Amino acid sequence: MSTGNEERILEVRDLKVHFPVAKGILFKRHIGDIKAVDGISFHAHRGETVGLVGESGCGKSTTGLAILRMLPVTAGEIIFEGENIANYTKTEMRSVRRRMQMIYQDPFGSLNPRMSIATIVGEPLVVHDMAGSRAEFDERIAELLEIVGLDPAMRGRYPHEFSGGQRQRIGIARALAVNPDFIVCDEPVSALDVSIQAQVINILEELQERLGLTYLFIAHDLAVVRHISDRIVVMYLGKIVESASRLDLYHEPKHPYTKALLAAVPIPNPRAEAAREHIFLEGEVPSPLNPPSGCHFHPRCPYVTDRCRTEEPEIKQAANGHSVACHLFD
Amino acid sequence: MPAILQVKNLKTHFFTDAGVVKAVDGVSFDVQAGETLAIVGESGSGKSITALSILGLIPSPPGEIIDGEVIFDGRDLLELSDEEVREVRGNQIAMIFQEPMTSLNPVLTIGEQVAEPIEVHKNLPRDAAMARCVELLAKVQISDGENRARDYPHQFSGGMRQRVMIAMALSCSPKLIISDEPTTALDVTVQAQVLELLKELTQEQGAAQILITHDLGVVARYADHVNVMYAGRIVESGTAISIYDDPRHPYTIGLMASIPNLDDDVKEKLIPIEGQPPNLAKLPPGCPFRPRCRHAIDRCAVERPELETVADEHKKACWIDVNGQ
Repeated sequence: MSTGNEERILEVRDLKVHFPVAKGILFKRHIGDIKAVDGISFHAHRGETVGLVGESGCGKSTTGLAILRMLPVTAGEIIFEGENIANYTKTEMRSVRRRMQMIYQDPFGSLNPRMSIATIVGEPLVVHDMAGSRAEFDERIAELLEIVGLDPAMRGRYPHEFSGGQRQRIGIARALAVNPDFIVCDEPVSALDVSIQAQVINILEELQERLGLTYLFIAHDLAVVRHISDRIVVMYLGKIVESASRLDLYHEPKHPYTKALLAAVPIPNPRAEAAREHIFLEGEVPSPLNPPSGCHFHPRCPYVTDRCRTEEPEIKQAANGHSVACHLFD
Repeated sequence: MPAILQVKNLKTHFFTDAGVVKAVDGVSFDVQAGETLAIVGESGSGKSITALSILGLIPSPPGEIIDGEVIFDGRDLLELSDEEVREVRGNQIAMIFQEPMTSLNPVLTIGEQVAEPIEVHKNLPRDAAMARCVELLAKVQISDGENRARDYPHQFSGGMRQRVMIAMALSCSPKLIISDEPTTALDVTVQAQVLELLKELTQEQGAAQILITHDLGVVARYADHVNVMYAGRIVESGTAISIYDDPRHPYTIGLMASIPNLDDDVKEKLIPIEGQPPNLAKLPPGCPFRPRCRHAIDRCAVERPELETVADEHKKACWIDVNGQ
């Protein structure tokens, strides 16, 4: 799906999203920050899919929300179609939001149960003054439902009448209503049954081809991310540890965390599984309130050295846009 | 190898206002000593209800086991009194549930909970049970067991809680461990740790395992035998190798084609299974997979196929001869 287009529709530079933590009831003291996203930089070319993977607490969803400015940005730049929107006011964001939309994880919680499908899908049109006449509005709703594979006759129905997969299609139709260029997909298939996931993934791929969309695809399922993405960014505790093309990341993973993450994902083929090297990490992802010193991954890393405990590795560019943050590759 | 568990024609139905939900509708399978049998299926396929039926944990009403036998150790568990079942459950058959958050009691310490089955089933005094508990925690790689046993579940992370569940399950050296989606709530690196630990410890004790999951990757890595369930029945069963090399039921073939593989280099289009899983209260006559099946013939609409042998140990319930290749 890569178009070979080198135009950067999105460029994130040194993005930080910190959440202050306060203690005490009457006199709240600021005791620290959760550095959910702590200085990450990456970009997306127009028409491509950038996958963002990592385990819970790595900051992948926070990144998605911050790019859409649905969370306050602590520092850094978010350059979207040439404008730095990191400090835009609410009014300034309105026109940008038409061009960047979001598809959520939970197909049950993200649709208002009291609104009909037509109202849900049409709401962005109303908000952005794109509704036009009644007839135009109706026509647009029918068109949107059709492109996500739903029967436009269902427009008057309510969310509870739909299955998980169909609701996710409604969420996609809503995101597409205002003709966005860029969509953040936050775990769009992880709540769906296995046989339904492929339906939704295929719709996302078809729409991308047809409409030239750019996706930031956030998920914890590496097999799904690798399937849909052109490039993949791996996060761990608020930092990017590695980013590479989908081929390089799988065949030449550099960071020990990426290797372990890949090894942890079982392949649905018993013969391939038996032949694979299995790497098991110790422990779990530490609390982002009190991340380990030096390289955040050092307590779980099989190749840890003294330097890793004290000095944080910088992210370094290698060939083919493959970059890694690890002292082993200095 | 002798079968340690034989399930014969198990039927568990739920009598609801919306009609009779045939959650499990005629399921038969054996579990051999020391093997891992995976039960795969989507939500509503009946895989968890099968497990709960074996353990006598079906809430009644609305649920009822209306037919079948569950032979364990020469006895039909469904014929036993509640008291007799309690002696087997947690002792010879242990269960690990999906949600380590809700399956541990938040107001009891980890030690009390791990020691409980030992006290109940092995009649050990408190201190001896506690000492065994510390040993078990060490086995599941929780260090500093003596102190950690005094902690409460909220002080443990998700992966640690699932280790505690494993420690509880192993506490009475069961012959069979049933794990229902044991790692679905966990991150992948933690999932790998927990499943590996479960495999090692069951092998060490010579226990058999029923692993219930929707993840075909987990099945490929850990299972010896596989039952694929759809709408309350087994639609295909066989050794893991035969199921993956040569799937014969259109549903199994469809599932395999619809999931992305981590090792796929070429971005091939996924082939989804069209439609939705069926409503179990309103199952169509004939084969329940027919509305989603590419190969359906007239007969599928009227007659429900039974499980038939296609090769050694490999069975499928389908009227037509489809080949995965």
